[in-house]
Amino acid sequence: MLEEKHNIKAWFYLAPALVLLIIFTFYPIFNAFFLVILKDFNYLQGTYQGFTLTENFVHVIRNQNFAQAMINTMLITFVSVPVSVVIALLVSVWLNAIVKLRGTFQTIFFLPYVTNAIAIGMAFAFLFNRDYGLINTAMGWIGLNPVNWVGLGATWRHAMFSLLVYVVWGGMAFKIMVFLSGLQSIDKQYYDAARVDSTKRSRIFRKITVPLLSPMIFYITITSFIGAFKAYTEVIGMFGQRLGPAGNDRALITVVALVYDALDRSGVPGALSEAAAASIILFSITLVFTLINMQVSKKRVHY
Amino acid sequence: MEIKLNNLTKVFQSKKQEETIAVNNLDITIPSGKLIGLLGPSGCGKSTTLYMISGLLKPTAGSIFFGDDDVTTVPPEERGIGLVFQNYALYPHMTVQQNIMFPLENLKVPKEEAIKQAQDIADLVGIGNLMNRKPVQLSGGQQQRVAIARALVKKPRVLLLDEPLSNLDARLRLQTREEIKRIQRETGITTIFVTHDQEEAMSISDEIVLMKEGIAQQKGAPQEVYDVPTNLFVAKFLGTPPINIFDGEIKGGILYVGDADLGKSKLKDQEVVVGIRPEGFKVVEDSSFQAHVEFVETIGRDTTLIIKDPHTDEKRTFRAIVDADEQIKPGDNIKLSVKPHKLFLFDKKTGEVLK
Repeated sequence: MLEEKHNIKAWFYLAPALVLLIIFTFYPIFNAFFLVILKDFNYLQGTYQGFTLTENFVHVIRNQNFAQAMINTMLITFVSVPVSVVIALLVSVWLNAIVKLRGTFQTIFFLPYVTNAIAIGMAFAFLFNRDYGLINTAMGWIGLNPVNWVGLGATWRHAMFSLLVYVVWGGMAFKIMVFLSGLQSIDKQYYDAARVDSTKRSRIFRKITVPLLSPMIFYITITSFIGAFKAYTEVIGMFGQRLGPAGNDRALITVVALVYDALDRSGVPGALSEAAAASIILFSITLVFTLINMQVSKKRVHY
Repeated sequence: MEIKLNNLTKVFQSKKQEETIAVNNLDITIPSGKLIGLLGPSGCGKSTTLYMISGLLKPTAGSIFFGDDDVTTVPPEERGIGLVFQNYALYPHMTVQQNIMFPLENLKVPKEEAIKQAQDIADLVGIGNLMNRKPVQLSGGQQQRVAIARALVKKPRVLLLDEPLSNLDARLRLQTREEIKRIQRETGITTIFVTHDQEEAMSISDEIVLMKEGIAQQKGAPQEVYDVPTNLFVAKFLGTPPINIFDGEIKGGILYVGDADLGKSKLKDQEVVVGIRPEGFKVVEDSSFQAHVEFVETIGRDTTLIIKDPHTDEKRTFRAIVDADEQIKPGDNIKLSVKPHKLFLFDKKTGEVLK
């Protein structure tokens, strides 16, 4: 009896979140799996020509931008995540070690988190501007020629580099915050013990700080991978709807951009199913990498 | 390694610039190869002293010598000390073996050699069969041994222990304190340990240093400090059950507590504080020290009488430990005499012992 009562109460408390999740998360996921098996689904008329298992996926893969989108997404993920995790870790260890101005620096490093991604993207586009950008100016000081990073006709390589810098920087704030709170929860006695035992700083970092922070590092790595696979806002923020530098349109297209591209054509029969197929591909990739991540980290994470 | 503390002082400053003197002009010499207990109530500066010896805290003034070396400004990593923390500070992600080997790896001891040394020291402290466990899989007593093994494995000049037994249950505490004594004897390392438990300090220390409010009150062999306390604080702090305190008066060469005559005294006439150890009473046929027995506790070989104190305060009671052979029942009225060497007189104002 008592158990049952508790159950009803629990469901009652869960209801608000659950209702929203069902409407905006679970139903769309289920719907995507349904849409993807429809052939030539016309969303305006609600008609379709039978069922198919592969056709919609084939449409996505045959898309002229698919290969580029995959390359870009993978590159953004596998470069920006490790780089930003490592830099964030170093920055937070440093922040944790200083006493003076810690609060100030903490605020500075946390600012990107509360700033609109589009706004930051525009600021970065300006930083990388060929003629008045800070990057080229600074390069000029050490005698380097200006580079056309993001301007008209900029190469894929330069544009991608600029985008990666922005993605790394933009993702650091949250990581630093998590690492810093993790560092502050490590018992200071471990460090005292290590000092008494004549441990070198680099060894303290590798053998004590990183292992004791490993649950946070693991959490951040997983969520960052998932976030990076969904990269899209960053590209829009820096390059706008063109998804690339002027004259090199769609050079920085990502998998999520493919979904939106397909949605833009939603009046055309089958386009909606194509969007569903693209998102399921992304979902599968994310799932596989998350599982790999969890497997790899099993032995390295110390709770 | 003899350790010498010269006028060692530590002042902590709060954010509001308020100063707290944790250790005040401490001036003690700790003989080489001995086990020394730093004893005192919490907040007396004993842990602060230990951490200054370790180098983790910097003294405000004074100096620390290890033998002939002045180590006052030497950082902890260069002092060659082993330190066992109150909650052991074992690295939770490492096995027992990795924990014990950690200091050796820092000293670049070859791996084979390090494994062998770690095994030897683990055998010495009795955890040789637990090398592959993680700290969470160990009991408190086992963790404590790992911490000692980790501190000892690099053959430190000095071993420091901060309240090493406080996290253990009563039975384990008895067992482990003897273990510490044994390990210390076998290694011969000068060992300082901090405790607030007088029984613990008395039972295993070669010498104890009793501290109060940052000042060393008395230093010496435990029994000697117990038998010849220099002041009221020391007399009160040592001994279970604690010493009985009475207000007394010397009149015409006789010591009185209330109207009871406790014998002759060579001191001049004055009011004094009288301390009598519970074991300092004898039940006698005739005495002016009369007492009414409230309760009788017989524990093993001792009988403790809880006695109403008729001479100073009606409500207060005091304890007397007498031979279990005495047939005394609650409610009896008895007469007591006092063994002279178990009675101490203290100055009413300063608390210093009067001789």
